[in-house]
Amino acid sequence: MSTEATGEVTVTIDGKAVKARAGTFLLEVARGAGIDIPTLCHHPALEPYGGCRLCVVDVTEKGWDGWCKMVIACQFPVKDGLIVFTQSERVLETRKVVLDLLLARCPETPLIQNLAARYGITETSYQRNPDPTDCILCALCTRVCDHLGVSAIATVNRGIGREVAPPFGQAPPDCIGCLACAEICPTDFIPYSTSNSSRTIWGKTFQMLRCPACGRAHITVEQARHFAGKGGVSESYFTLCDACKRAHMAATFQRLQQVPGVSALGGR
Amino acid sequence: MRIESLAAFEGYVEDARAKFATRQSEVLVCCGTGCLANGAAAVAEAFAAALEGTPAQVKTFTKRTGCHGFCERGPLVVLRPSGVLYTKVKPRDVAEIVEKTVHGGTAIPRLLYKDPASGQRIQHYQEVPFYKHQTRVAMRRIGLIDPTDIDDALAHGAYRGLAKALTMTPEEVLAEVATSGLRGRGGAGFPTARKWRSCRNAKGERKFILCNGDEGDPGAFKDRSIMEGDPHSVLEGMIIGGWAVGAHEGIIYVRDEYPLAVVNLTLAIAQARDRGLLGTNILGSGFDFDIRISRGGGAFVCGESSALMRSLEGKVGEPRAKYVHATDRGLYDLPTVLNNVETWADVGAILEHGGAWFAAMGTEKSKGTKAFSLVGKVKNTGLIELPMGMTLRQIIYDIGGGVMGDRPFKAVQTGGPSGGCVPEALLDLPVDYEKLTEAGSMMGSGGMIVMDDRTCMVDVARYFLKFLTEESCGKCVPCREGLHQMLLIFDDLVAGRGRPGDIERIERLSRGMQLGSLCELGKSAPNPVLSTLRYFRDEYVAHVERRECPAGICRDLTTYEISPETCDGCHACFKACPVEAITGKVKELHVIHQDKCISCGACYDACPTHAVRFLPKHEMAARGVA
Repeated sequence: MSTEATGEVTVTIDGKAVKARAGTFLLEVARGAGIDIPTLCHHPALEPYGGCRLCVVDVTEKGWDGWCKMVIACQFPVKDGLIVFTQSERVLETRKVVLDLLLARCPETPLIQNLAARYGITETSYQRNPDPTDCILCALCTRVCDHLGVSAIATVNRGIGREVAPPFGQAPPDCIGCLACAEICPTDFIPYSTSNSSRTIWGKTFQMLRCPACGRAHITVEQARHFAGKGGVSESYFTLCDACKRAHMAATFQRLQQVPGVSALGGR
Repeated sequence: MRIESLAAFEGYVEDARAKFATRQSEVLVCCGTGCLANGAAAVAEAFAAALEGTPAQVKTFTKRTGCHGFCERGPLVVLRPSGVLYTKVKPRDVAEIVEKTVHGGTAIPRLLYKDPASGQRIQHYQEVPFYKHQTRVAMRRIGLIDPTDIDDALAHGAYRGLAKALTMTPEEVLAEVATSGLRGRGGAGFPTARKWRSCRNAKGERKFILCNGDEGDPGAFKDRSIMEGDPHSVLEGMIIGGWAVGAHEGIIYVRDEYPLAVVNLTLAIAQARDRGLLGTNILGSGFDFDIRISRGGGAFVCGESSALMRSLEGKVGEPRAKYVHATDRGLYDLPTVLNNVETWADVGAILEHGGAWFAAMGTEKSKGTKAFSLVGKVKNTGLIELPMGMTLRQIIYDIGGGVMGDRPFKAVQTGGPSGGCVPEALLDLPVDYEKLTEAGSMMGSGGMIVMDDRTCMVDVARYFLKFLTEESCGKCVPCREGLHQMLLIFDDLVAGRGRPGDIERIERLSRGMQLGSLCELGKSAPNPVLSTLRYFRDEYVAHVERRECPAGICRDLTTYEISPETCDGCHACFKACPVEAITGKVKELHVIHQDKCISCGACYDACPTHAVRFLPKHEMAARGVA
């Protein structure tokens, strides 16, 4: 980043002056200032992707003589003096085309229907997908899987044939059954089933670990093994479920407070 | 043998020259991919065999060179020093050439190029119109040298630019490139010196020099010919680039579909290392630079810079936003210069002859020369290089010899799938970056596809859309879904299912794709559509409103019939028809049977008396003819 990377800068978004740290992505700055920019592929915990193109905005600077550059807010780093228009005519025009296209692809998906309706589109002007899908190809699932260090699924094929799939369409050997992909999916497209004894996703079935305290099946065997390896802790760390762990810890604190001379809050 | 110093370099080049000077004459057989496909390898073998054991053998050498450019007439053979050019040479011609021309010194008229305009046979290649109007810089040694022999390249001036650059400071090299006005030959035309300057100024110890050899546009093959025919020009440019920006690693990203380019580049790198022109302490200058080859996996989008770098990193070749330039954070997030094959090939010549020499050629903002692949319905298909600013008319008619079969010219497509179609009215347009962009097309990869009146512009746009639909990576919505929907609209147009509002839908979608797409593939994808719409709107209207194809190309909209008044029963259409839909005896009227006809137009193209005519299918239907 530039030399001013650590400094505070001021940007103007739709006429409103907003302070931010230089180099922060514009989307984050705008949202921090309460300015809504629509997105479908962004998630604060993941690297920006730039696939949905809904967060397009116009930016300009003082010396540009009114010339505007269209950028995507999720990936554009702010700098001092940046002037941003989130609702310019061509920004709205572009978003409408994108939503119109997505509505053709996913005509029955409420998320897309609602967002398109906000831009005045209730019926696509293009050819409706004869085989409607709920997958909007935001790639949140594959990216969260990468982010967890698993990379069990990926986007495959090019162009309109692109889809999310495990390798060769078979039960993914690397999948740990953590359900992160299914949970992050904004359209609940990824099916799975889970019970106290087993969980199935992507055609692979996992054995569940039960919490010895409450008996709830909270994690798969592979998941515990993977995160134990990643986090450098023993697999038994994951024996108790999160809720029971918290209860256990609270009990420990309470017990310690009974001991004379010891403060659970760390004081002497 | 390693060349230890700049002084030793001069001596080495002199020795190489002397070695080749002992050859009294050479038979240069074009072994570019085009001529090889036409049987050049057998011709070269025949020459080697015919000359073996003869007294002439000592003095006459058969040389397998890169592409001579005049692919239409291949296999090509040029004799040096006489300059006699023989076209369409077959192995059976070789004995005669050796006897009459090599030994006897007389030309064989039958094998000489016949100028269609004058009907004259032309003896020397420099006088053939196809070559006469060209000026070769990037292609300066192609066809003259054996690309597998570095000494041949050195004897013909290779690495002289590098030797000179190493006596200069990197700043001086940058200044020379800036003076030349060189701009990116990959299509976008970004000033090369400015790109190098940014990378030089970028912080970081490790920097990269990359060569984009992922040429993938339909009809373009200039980069392939350069890599095949003079790989050293590419290596030399990259080493100079490394010296200028302070990089020590170079990578050539080349399509795996270019096997000969890969072979010749690999060999060139090995030979350059052996001579001390690559590796550590190049020519004793203390500068280290090495180059390796990375082969592409067949994705068109990997020619896009950010996707190319992702691919080099071993990841899926998909583009990403470029708000931070590659010169600051490119390959592995390190400062990187990526230039096209042709750009790199120009650099050595610029350093050798000076930036001012290069800048003296071309137009105000587009300097130097530019290579083009001239293809389509043009008489002289081939690879050419000419000064910027030549008009399309000069290129197509003077060099290209005009439209095949002397049919009317309709349009020329430049710049591949990112470019557009330029109509006849703009034939006097001087070719440079700005003028082509103003005309709604672009320089692009230097492909020029000439189209005659038997071309439907809606069909042309659909062809490029289909190509791009298959090559879109699918990461972003406007490109993935937009191209798919656009193609569906065009499928309807050519099938007679156009609906009112289609043209407006196309325009709106095009604008959304231009504004919203992630990378240049998607942003420029509407160009073939918009440029044909701009110049040939009436053809679109005919397809949508009247369900007619004015060019008679779209099969679902066109029928053919034979005019009884004009048919002289020559039987040519009968022979041309692939589905036996035509009946008729010689010297009798021929008839097309509509139930069998597939409207391919082969009869129309074959008929010498223009008795075959086409008409809209609905007109034929209205007549009640089944």
